[in-house]
Amino acid sequence: MDHLQKLEAQSVYILREAYREFRNLCMLWSIGKDSTVMLWLARKAFFGHVPIPLVHIDTHYKIPEMIEYRDRIALDWNLNMVYGENREALENRETFPDGRTDRITCCRNLKSEALKHTLSGAWPRYRLDHELGRYVPDKDNSPYTGVIVGVRADEEGSRSKERYFSPRDQDNSWDVGDQPPEFWNQFKTDFAPGTHVRIHPLLDWTELNIWEYIEREKIPVVSLYFNQGNGHRYRSLGCYPCTNPVESDARTLRDIIDELGSGKLSNIAERSGRAQDSEDGGGLETLRREGYM
Amino acid sequence: MDGNVNKPEQMEISNERGQMNIVIVGHVDHGKSTVIGRLLADTGSLPSGKLEAVRETCRRNSKPFEYAFLLDALKDEQSQGITIDMARCFFKTPYRDYIIIDAPGHIEFLKNMITGASRAEAALLVIDAVEGIQENSKRHGHMVSMLGVKQVTVLVNKMDLAGYRREVFDRLREEYSRFLSQIDVTPVSFIPISAREGDNIATHSPKMEWYRDATVLEQLDRFLSCRQLGGKPFRFPVQDIYKFTGSNDDRRIVAGTIETGSVSVGDEVLFLPSGKKSVIQSVEAFNAPLKTLATAGESSGFTLSTQIYIRPGELMVRTDEPLPEVGNRIRVNIFWLGRAPLVKGKEYKLKLGSARATARLAEVRNTLDASDLSFSRSKQQLDCRDVGECVLETSRPIAFDQAFINETTGRFVLIDNYEIAGGGIVLENLSSGESLLQRHIRERESHWEKGLVSTELRETVNGHQAKFIVFTGKPGTGKRAVARALEQALFERGLNAYYLGVASIDMGLDADLGYHNDQTGERLRRIGELARIFTDAGLIFITTIDDADDFDIETLKQLNEPNEILVISTGEHGFSRYEPDFQLPSGDNVEEAVSEVARLLKKREIIIEYEI
Repeated sequence: MDHLQKLEAQSVYILREAYREFRNLCMLWSIGKDSTVMLWLARKAFFGHVPIPLVHIDTHYKIPEMIEYRDRIALDWNLNMVYGENREALENRETFPDGRTDRITCCRNLKSEALKHTLSGAWPRYRLDHELGRYVPDKDNSPYTGVIVGVRADEEGSRSKERYFSPRDQDNSWDVGDQPPEFWNQFKTDFAPGTHVRIHPLLDWTELNIWEYIEREKIPVVSLYFNQGNGHRYRSLGCYPCTNPVESDARTLRDIIDELGSGKLSNIAERSGRAQDSEDGGGLETLRREGYM
Repeated sequence: MDGNVNKPEQMEISNERGQMNIVIVGHVDHGKSTVIGRLLADTGSLPSGKLEAVRETCRRNSKPFEYAFLLDALKDEQSQGITIDMARCFFKTPYRDYIIIDAPGHIEFLKNMITGASRAEAALLVIDAVEGIQENSKRHGHMVSMLGVKQVTVLVNKMDLAGYRREVFDRLREEYSRFLSQIDVTPVSFIPISAREGDNIATHSPKMEWYRDATVLEQLDRFLSCRQLGGKPFRFPVQDIYKFTGSNDDRRIVAGTIETGSVSVGDEVLFLPSGKKSVIQSVEAFNAPLKTLATAGESSGFTLSTQIYIRPGELMVRTDEPLPEVGNRIRVNIFWLGRAPLVKGKEYKLKLGSARATARLAEVRNTLDASDLSFSRSKQQLDCRDVGECVLETSRPIAFDQAFINETTGRFVLIDNYEIAGGGIVLENLSSGESLLQRHIRERESHWEKGLVSTELRETVNGHQAKFIVFTGKPGTGKRAVARALEQALFERGLNAYYLGVASIDMGLDADLGYHNDQTGERLRRIGELARIFTDAGLIFITTIDDADDFDIETLKQLNEPNEILVISTGEHGFSRYEPDFQLPSGDNVEEAVSEVARLLKKREIIIEYEI
């Protein structure tokens, strides 16, 4: 087995373990390359099916192509697609683009808060109706107690400390210093009522692994990752007011892999185009402790 | 580097760039972080400017620069000054990529160290040349060994503070080797280093001319990356059984990860502990070329040529290879991390491969203080951080291998109060001895207080024998309707029959158990004990159990002793060895079913007269 096959096998094992152990499971799909690889791995794990709802937090500031891509894939792959949002903050325009908050507060409002309340079922969820081809209010408002998230340990400092199965208490908070042990392939799958767990099948993948795998498996990704002729491409995708592209000539998957392999970007953090990170002391740990993914 | 390295051999295994997980352990302040900082710096794995920035910070704060600060800066943990969790660092040599798992040295963070070490293929154990062997040097050596990390290199650090003297290194090597040999660990090598000065990390130190063997980087590249898993018998813990009928997919796929060995289409396979057999019909995969062979390490899936009923948690093996052990009483080595001690008389959940079972501590044979290796034969529990040889009993049999034969199917964890509280390896199958259940029944019966009414008198007055009748079958096969109708029919004819509905005890006798699946063993025990009482009272005691297997029935049969059990299946039954006393078809003809059971009762002389 080569290194991608090993990574795939481990991630598939983790996804199946999660599916076996948690009844109210969901997978967060940000539309980015990592969680799209994770979605593909779910198809691997379940032999072409995805028996887990996909949850997307729509900030309504996502680059439009991302949403178009999300819905096309959801229909093509027969996904149980759900989205949630912070309607109140959007209606009151408590956002950074509206100039009423800073970037961090905007992230907290549109992502952390929306996520927390979408997962708990407290705020409305919208589910893709495959017959109608559009989203309808979701009748199911039971809380998700297992949440599969596509974070990678090499992304930034706080993520390197994660476990594959990581408990969060009722407030979504994360006790970094006191995490359960993981022996061999035995993870913490027993949880006291009221707590929930985040599951991280991609923890051991690197940015390069992700692109190598996308190339090998021919996984469709948003074209924003490629240079469309203007000398720039996105390396990490988010909301358009806070996401900047990097300079790059990479027009194909091979170009991206060569670019990463060349070390051209090795001194630039992958999320350097994400403006909220630098406002959070460069660590993201503040946001992450509060439930940011 | 000399020519005597392992590289050419390894290259044959894969012509791809390899990746290896290495764990680095050692006593606090012996210099683990400095070693990692050095490795990152000397392999050019740091973001540009990081080294300069940390040097500058040190200069401004008037403190001497240390490589350990690099790591702290990377992990944003400067304020705490200690590595609180295992963290991963990535670096590469020209030969392959490494993930260094940094396991904290503080004793409070032992579970982080274990998490790191159990994922590693090799370990670097750091010892301070001046301070020498400390508690955690021993404890970590022992843990790494129990966790199955076979390749250990000892780094004797801070040689600069020991004047780079060969005697210091030789003495520590001898002393620590002696310790490790007591716990069956033979280090691959010892390397004298100074992480701070960079001696023997990436290049040979001119200050230690007496040492000419591998540098740390050379040693890393020498570790063998392929675990010898392919040559062992096929072991496939069944993680789940998938059937996505709702998405127009009729395949019934047995899913899991192959721990060792390989299997091909056409191979006969055996599921344990149920004992069912089938043949591999296909190897299933999504977006992959058709395969007829699956090998160790793959997360795979199979369809079988016959429809057999199996459950997640079974171990699938090949019938033409050595079989694993099956049992419910095992001798084990356990290391305990729980806040509460491991004690007798308490139920734990055991996870071994994909199997889950309720487990109890039956015996503590000896305990080991991992820091000074002193034994105790009198201690009867394991406290936090103790290692002990114990006997465990599981509520139902599990399939496993002895750890020295196959480590991947010979190790387990114990869950206490939702937490993984301990891990261990199986040394021996002791299932032929008296089980906890047998001992319990022997003791119960010796204390049973009989009334003045004899069994014979009861039978004469009642006009029938006492009997425990269990209906079992899959949900929806009509067993409950038949059981209730049987009670009514018998009672209307003057017989003392009583039907106990499962719902009645769920909310009553079993209300303390909650809804968790882990309590199935206890639920079963209570039904068995109730049966013992009701049959002693002379009743025909009737109940239903969903989908009982051999083990369930065997347990009920034993609990009801010395009285007798009668097992009636509705529809297809889940037994592999046990033969039910009677098989009813699945369906709605309740009246006919009741008559058939009544005829059986008459034939067995349980009742004398019965007319429908």
